[in-house]
Amino acid sequence: MPGELHAADAEGSAQAPVLSIRDLHVSYGEREILHGISFDVLAGETVVILGGSGSGKSTLLRTLVGLERPTSGDVIVRGKNLCVMTDEEWRELRQHIGISFQSGALFGSMTVGENVALPLLEHTQLDPATIEIMVRLKLNEVGLNGYEDYMPAQLSGGMKKRAAVARAMAMDPEILFFDEPSAGLDPIIAAGIDQLLLKLKEAFGITIIVVTHELASAFLIADRMVLLDKGHIVAVGTTAELQASTHPRVRQFLDRVAEPEISQEIDYLQMLTGEVPRPRQ
Amino acid sequence: MPFTENIGASTLDGLAYVGGLAKLGASAARAVVLDIFERRRLAYGRAMHQAMAVGIGSLPILSLITFFIGTILALQSAYELRKFGALQFVADAVAISVSRELGPLITAILVIGRSGSSFAAELGTMKVNEEIDALETMALDPVRFLVAPKLISMLLMMPCLTIWADFMGVIGGAVFGVAAADFTFKTYIIATLNALVLRDILTGLIKSLMFGLVITTVGCQEGLRTGLGAEEVGRSTTSAVVKSIFLVIMVDLVFTTMFYMGIG
Repeated sequence: MPGELHAADAEGSAQAPVLSIRDLHVSYGEREILHGISFDVLAGETVVILGGSGSGKSTLLRTLVGLERPTSGDVIVRGKNLCVMTDEEWRELRQHIGISFQSGALFGSMTVGENVALPLLEHTQLDPATIEIMVRLKLNEVGLNGYEDYMPAQLSGGMKKRAAVARAMAMDPEILFFDEPSAGLDPIIAAGIDQLLLKLKEAFGITIIVVTHELASAFLIADRMVLLDKGHIVAVGTTAELQASTHPRVRQFLDRVAEPEISQEIDYLQMLTGEVPRPRQ
Repeated sequence: MPFTENIGASTLDGLAYVGGLAKLGASAARAVVLDIFERRRLAYGRAMHQAMAVGIGSLPILSLITFFIGTILALQSAYELRKFGALQFVADAVAISVSRELGPLITAILVIGRSGSSFAAELGTMKVNEEIDALETMALDPVRFLVAPKLISMLLMMPCLTIWADFMGVIGGAVFGVAAADFTFKTYIIATLNALVLRDILTGLIKSLMFGLVITTVGCQEGLRTGLGAEEVGRSTTSAVVKSIFLVIMVDLVFTTMFYMGIG
């Protein structure tokens, strides 16, 4: 379902997109989660994928990093279509992207330094001394200088996220993906993570794709936003364009308006029988 | 669903499960071979770490259990043998039972409880914490990174533990032999060595290797198939233990039959 702000999509831009998604459908078994998603991401921009719980934003992220296979559609990254890539091509591509998971996903049996060093040890021929320097450099970039020998369990939630960013940055990726970077953090730590993302973008010009439902964070870090609702794109545009949008779902999301309660008898019966109530505008 | 269809569906599920284990085992073995050729530096460190956990950690309890099993076997054998005035064959009975059957089996069951369950819990927790996803997105094969070191460690340690279990079983039998069957410690050991042929030890060791393969693949497969949520880790761990014990007994039956029919 094309949203009202699709004119603002990167298709109209002269710059070639680094990531291009066309008519993407993803299903879990019989249940389709994403229904024909299309948008572009330009080099060096930060795109925030917004949406409520169950909107399909995490599924979209997992598909973009190859953890879910699409049912149909195209995802073009670095000139290659992810949907038809071989395992070898995936291996190659994954060395150019970094992912910071919601939980951090640091390996609990390794120190923070070993976590950051792992991709370097596996994918490069660098000698251990150089890798050690690289690890310190990456940890310094995320403000974790001196934490090389700590175990992940010894870190706070915010520090774990920073360490995960350092690991995602280890191979100097062209695209960084973040899954709910501020989730579960107090406002001060969450603001610190936002500042870190802005710093990474400014310092390294990395393309950043963030999945979140935190509005304050999204408006601070985004160049453009994609709003998902029940597997459809509702709107794509700059922060200003989304702020000015009059689309009812965009307004409901941005103004934090709760779903209306079921008032019609037929809708109530449909809810009881498991059928989906008719959407109300 | 009719009864026969249920049996058919369960059989197909079982075969698919064993097929999955074979595929996982083959992928891990392939990863081990590739690591050797590509001289990777990570797998061996992890394999040695695992070997310490599987092997050294099991030694005290394995020693104790197999020592008592040896004594129990001697007591049970003596119960019948003394009726025929053949108490001197206690050493033979203990040696053959322990080396061909109980040594590898008790070792396998103990290792299932300690390491098979821990493999499932470790990988299951990693799955729940998105660590397996993180490995994949870093272009690191979870089978190569996580399963292969466990397979190496298990294939190294199971035969060693089995030999140790055999030894402790014989010592356990010797305690009874010395205390109640007119043996000295030296004569008991000589009788044991006379009773054993190399084939008895080898059949036990071959079984122990197969048990190691089963324990690793079941533990890892259950861990990697863990669903979402902490309770799923518990389910995977329980399932790994139950399925491993069942499959170890099945493998034991197959190999014992093969050895009985003359292959071994």
